[in-house]
Amino acid sequence: MTDIAMPTVRTADVASDQARARVRVRYRAETRFRLYGLCAIALTAVFLVVVITDIVIKGLPAFTQHRLVLPVKLDPAEIDPQNTRNPTVIRQGDFQAPVRDALRAIFPEVTDRAGRRMLDGLLSSGAVDRLRERVVADPQLVGQTISAPVLLSERADLYYKDIGTAISRRASRGTATPSATSGDITIFSTANDFAPDLITLKQSLSVKARAVRRDADSLRQVVRGLEVRRVEMTVTPPGATTPNTVLLATQIKQLEEEIASLSARVKELDDQAASMQGRFDTTDRPETLDSSGPSLLVAINGGVVKVTELSNGRVAGTVLLPLETMADAAAGRWEVVTYATPEANRKASDREVAWLERLREKGLVESAFNWAFFVTGDSREPELAGIRGALVGSAITLFVTLIICLPLGVAAAIYLEEFAPKNRLTEIVEVNINNLAAVPSIVFGLLGLAIFLNFMGLPRSAPLVGGLVLALLVLPTIIIASRAALKAVPPSIKEAALGVGASHQQAIFHHVLPLAMPGIMTGTIIGMAHALGETAPLLLIGMVAFIVEIPGGLTDAATVLPVQIYLWSDLPEISFQAKTAAAIMVLLVFLFVMNGAAIILRKRFERRW
Amino acid sequence: MSFIYFIGLLLLVAVGFYFGRARAAGVERSTHLHSRPSYHGAFVVLSVLLPMLAVFVIGVPIADRIVEAQTVAALDPEVAADSLRRGGALREVYDVASGRSKAASPQIQRAADVYASVRGYAQMLILGTGLVLGLLGIAFGLRSLSARFRARNHVERVVKIVLLACASVAVLTTIGIVFSVLFETMRFFERVSPLEFLFGTQWSPQTAMRADQGGSSGAFGIMPLVAGTLLITTIAMLIAGPIGLFAAIYMAEYASPRFRNVAKPILEILAGIPTVVLGFFAALTLAPWIRHLGELAGLNVASESALAAGLVMGMMIIPFVSSLSDDVINAVPQSLRDGSYAMGATKSETIKKVILPAAFSGIVSAFMLAISRAVGETMIVVMAAGLAGNLTFNPLEAVTTFTVQIKTILVGDQEFDSAKTLAAFALGFVLFFFTLTLNVIALQIVKRYREQYD
Amino acid sequence: MHAMVHLERPAGSPANASNMATKVFARGVNVYYGEKHALKDVNLDVPERAVTALIGPSGCGKSTFLRCINRMNDTIPIARITGKIEIDSQDIYDPTLDVVQLRARVGMVFQKPNPFPKSIYENVAYGPRIHGFAKSKQDLDEIVMTSLKKASLFEEVKDRLQDSGTSLSGGQQQRLCIARAIAVSPEVILMDEPCSALDPIATAKIEELIDELRANFTIIIVTHSMQQAARVSQRTAFFHLGVLVEEGATETMFTTPRDRRTQDYITGRFG
Repeated sequence: MTDIAMPTVRTADVASDQARARVRVRYRAETRFRLYGLCAIALTAVFLVVVITDIVIKGLPAFTQHRLVLPVKLDPAEIDPQNTRNPTVIRQGDFQAPVRDALRAIFPEVTDRAGRRMLDGLLSSGAVDRLRERVVADPQLVGQTISAPVLLSERADLYYKDIGTAISRRASRGTATPSATSGDITIFSTANDFAPDLITLKQSLSVKARAVRRDADSLRQVVRGLEVRRVEMTVTPPGATTPNTVLLATQIKQLEEEIASLSARVKELDDQAASMQGRFDTTDRPETLDSSGPSLLVAINGGVVKVTELSNGRVAGTVLLPLETMADAAAGRWEVVTYATPEANRKASDREVAWLERLREKGLVESAFNWAFFVTGDSREPELAGIRGALVGSAITLFVTLIICLPLGVAAAIYLEEFAPKNRLTEIVEVNINNLAAVPSIVFGLLGLAIFLNFMGLPRSAPLVGGLVLALLVLPTIIIASRAALKAVPPSIKEAALGVGASHQQAIFHHVLPLAMPGIMTGTIIGMAHALGETAPLLLIGMVAFIVEIPGGLTDAATVLPVQIYLWSDLPEISFQAKTAAAIMVLLVFLFVMNGAAIILRKRFERRW
Repeated sequence: MSFIYFIGLLLLVAVGFYFGRARAAGVERSTHLHSRPSYHGAFVVLSVLLPMLAVFVIGVPIADRIVEAQTVAALDPEVAADSLRRGGALREVYDVASGRSKAASPQIQRAADVYASVRGYAQMLILGTGLVLGLLGIAFGLRSLSARFRARNHVERVVKIVLLACASVAVLTTIGIVFSVLFETMRFFERVSPLEFLFGTQWSPQTAMRADQGGSSGAFGIMPLVAGTLLITTIAMLIAGPIGLFAAIYMAEYASPRFRNVAKPILEILAGIPTVVLGFFAALTLAPWIRHLGELAGLNVASESALAAGLVMGMMIIPFVSSLSDDVINAVPQSLRDGSYAMGATKSETIKKVILPAAFSGIVSAFMLAISRAVGETMIVVMAAGLAGNLTFNPLEAVTTFTVQIKTILVGDQEFDSAKTLAAFALGFVLFFFTLTLNVIALQIVKRYREQYD
Repeated sequence: MHAMVHLERPAGSPANASNMATKVFARGVNVYYGEKHALKDVNLDVPERAVTALIGPSGCGKSTFLRCINRMNDTIPIARITGKIEIDSQDIYDPTLDVVQLRARVGMVFQKPNPFPKSIYENVAYGPRIHGFAKSKQDLDEIVMTSLKKASLFEEVKDRLQDSGTSLSGGQQQRLCIARAIAVSPEVILMDEPCSALDPIATAKIEELIDELRANFTIIIVTHSMQQAARVSQRTAFFHLGVLVEEGATETMFTTPRDRRTQDYITGRFG
């Protein structure tokens, strides 16, 4: 009995190198795991920042607007022929003509019809609205010449917002001699002033040639593949039956046609590449410019010439703005101007750009905060469209939502929390409310369409119906929040009230409910913020119509801010994109304010029992 | 009429309250009252309000029905028999009666006269009945008043019934949803077989617009929509699942209170951004980026790719997943963590081996709720996903979803009763029951999970 | 006299040896919380204008019995009560009785002070206001003042009646709750361990107050502390496991308990 083997004592190995290595690995795993979590949160934050930055960048330009300040002569003959000075008459007056005349007076050389139409096109179709209101308000202005700001068209506005094209200017080194002051002219420079542009142009030709050659090569590859197939097909497989041969013949014919057309295309591309390469190689040959490349202009003697033909020391072109003299312009007194975006790819043509630049030089352009965005309704013209209609629509809709779902939600919460017997039915109601909170919002749209519109016959597009649908949508949220708030009031308060002989309802309405009110309000604000941002159900009940009028009542056709955003986001004009982003910014500001208010309310009235 | 009725109602209510309270106060001066005078006032108010509201709510629809029947009877029989012409004629009659237009034919004029007189009688009748009952209510209320009368108990009983009625609105909403989609779906299945609907691989409701067009029956197979919805939801969950879960783990287990104070608002702000905004971002910023990236990599990307919609939707549900998971992880008792730490486990080992297994069912339910959210989301897919029902799982192609199709079919002019319009309700039906099932199961799991650790 | 003896109420005769009229009369009271039988067949007479202490270990049913007397158990949905409780010969479980009026007659002070988060004045004025006791503002002021005086709180708070009730110290809060209970002039005041959340000095003040209130009110107090029971009460009832084990004059109970369990409890063997 003496040699009982000692049981092996197992101790945790913590000292050996292996153990230390193991611990190191474990700690590395720990760090890695922690990093994943941080990355997840960082990613979310980055996404949020990207979204908001993107929207702000897109939306900020919509908050400013460019206007022309023109000296407008308010000719009584056009505005108030009978000299009545009656506002209703003046309202009917033609304000368009005097404003257009004022603009034409700045560019007297524009006499052709097309040119005049283009010039008129710089102004918005709603350009004179403000002016008209001003004169209606003050009829004494008729007959005077006043300095009036008029709204520019979308493309002019975009140009001034630098979304049109990048403009670079280069000072001259030689003395230039223009051949005339208007029409098609040539300009000689004593130095090779246009050489850099010629080189740039030729280089771009070479780049283009290379690309074309690459296209041609890849097509050649395709042709070769097709030919291989044709050869395979013409070698008739053994044992083939006649109908097959007929089919084969047609297939081969098709193939040959395809090869022929592709080969022709290849040849075309080859020729194109060769000609471009040729132009590149002959360095001193003059080049013609077209609308597919950057535009080149010469600003000389107070005029602007659009270059159509270019060589090192000489250009030929069309005068966009007339020159004052034919005199030689000394070095440094004239300049070469480049519009980087090809004319074909931008909205404002070279001629318009020249006009707009001239207007800017004359100091007639002013940039102002776009108040109109907040005070006008929707419009098909981007420069006239505003969000007032949508804001009012949202306000009316939310008002309906609030007056329905707040009392309803609080009453339901009180019943469920305080009076409902604890039985199966109550349980079903509770499960039902929780589930209703998770039903997709578009399903509420179906409910609204089927019940409120088709069954009850309420009007389409009305804030009343929108408010009803949203009320049902946020009702579960408010019930759940209100119940939580009621539950948070300690039962001792209720007991104290019962103890002095208050009835159950007196205890609730006198003591519990007032104490739960901050929590209920917080939940309500969050619910209303949710309703404010909701779009889908409102689409189904017809709040997507194009509505210019500002809604004035519960049953007027209206739209709401998020739906307006959706509508605008579908429009192709780049200005509407900016308007959409701007409307989003307004919506987000409202939401942040509401959520902020909820947070402050919660912090302020948070009570620790 | 309603206006006068409610003015009368308000007047009687005010009078009733005043006299009820005043009389009770008078009684109180000499003896002890069971209920405070204002409760007696409220009791009188109720005895005015309830009968008058009942008369209005029951009387007006009945009166409308009778007035319409009488008006129709005054129309020419052949007009009255044809439902379409009858509707048109009735509209004309109403316009004539309200003075908006002149009668186009003698029968309209005749019917308008009948309408005006019958309507006048009906309104007088309702008004009279209501006012008489209101006055009787006051008399009844005042007569009931005595020192021992338990006015408070009666008033409180009515209040309780009103509260109950409010609580049942939520249930009525659910019933309303079920019925509004169910009926239309039944009618849809009269035209299209459920089997074709559920398993068909072609979705092109547009062709069903006109009977004379080729393929006028339309194709109502939802498989392409299922595939599209599934594809976008999968992309969204691949984003939101890991990111949301890791964010929740970090917030619950690692983050210092200061970090939490910064990170929580970020998630809350993201959760508060309306989906129309995210849809705008997906359609106008992210989709072009992805397209551009695809071009650089030599891939052909559709301009309305499933990828853009899925990515943004994933971002949208991150806060949802993370806040639900956060709750679930926090519900794991501290004792489990302590036990693991006491054995020398690191934090990440504790999380992986103890907390996540313990919270597993809760996390599963969070994911289920997130999936239901993604499936039901509308605006992001409406703006960033396509309309064509492609049966594909390639994330670079355009796909369509249930919600997109419901919105597309039902926005704008719909012809009622067409298979196309009804199809939207059938889609709504499938969507509603799919998300409902997911929610019910998920909420049950959460409930059981919470009970486990309570 | 053993409590089990009188199954029938001795008509017109004094309820017990100390020659006091019976205020609360309980016979065969059983309380069930769902399946749990919390109170078993309790019979007890509570004398008027005296302090009766209910003692016993935790969970013995003493608080349950207390809450039966003003029907606070009604607020617990699973509670079921059988038997008979009368106050001044009126059955308080009579279905025609308005429980709200009952609670106006039977005030209650809770374990933890629970002032409403309103001003001190409003706390006391609430009861009189809902019951319509005050005909005028002066009346109400008068009621509030006398109640606060009776609760020995007036001197401490007279300058800040508009301060929140929750701003007072724990002992003051509890006296405020007592003032609130007194303000509706109840006949009986139930106190559920009113000092358990208080420090010894505050406790002493409350006990002093209870002794003063005895002159006008019938007081039933649940307490954990036997010393407190001995100090403030004239009668004591000992509960154990839902059963009323023994009841009698406090002095007798603490010197010569009849039941073994009572003896074990007061000598500290369990509890």
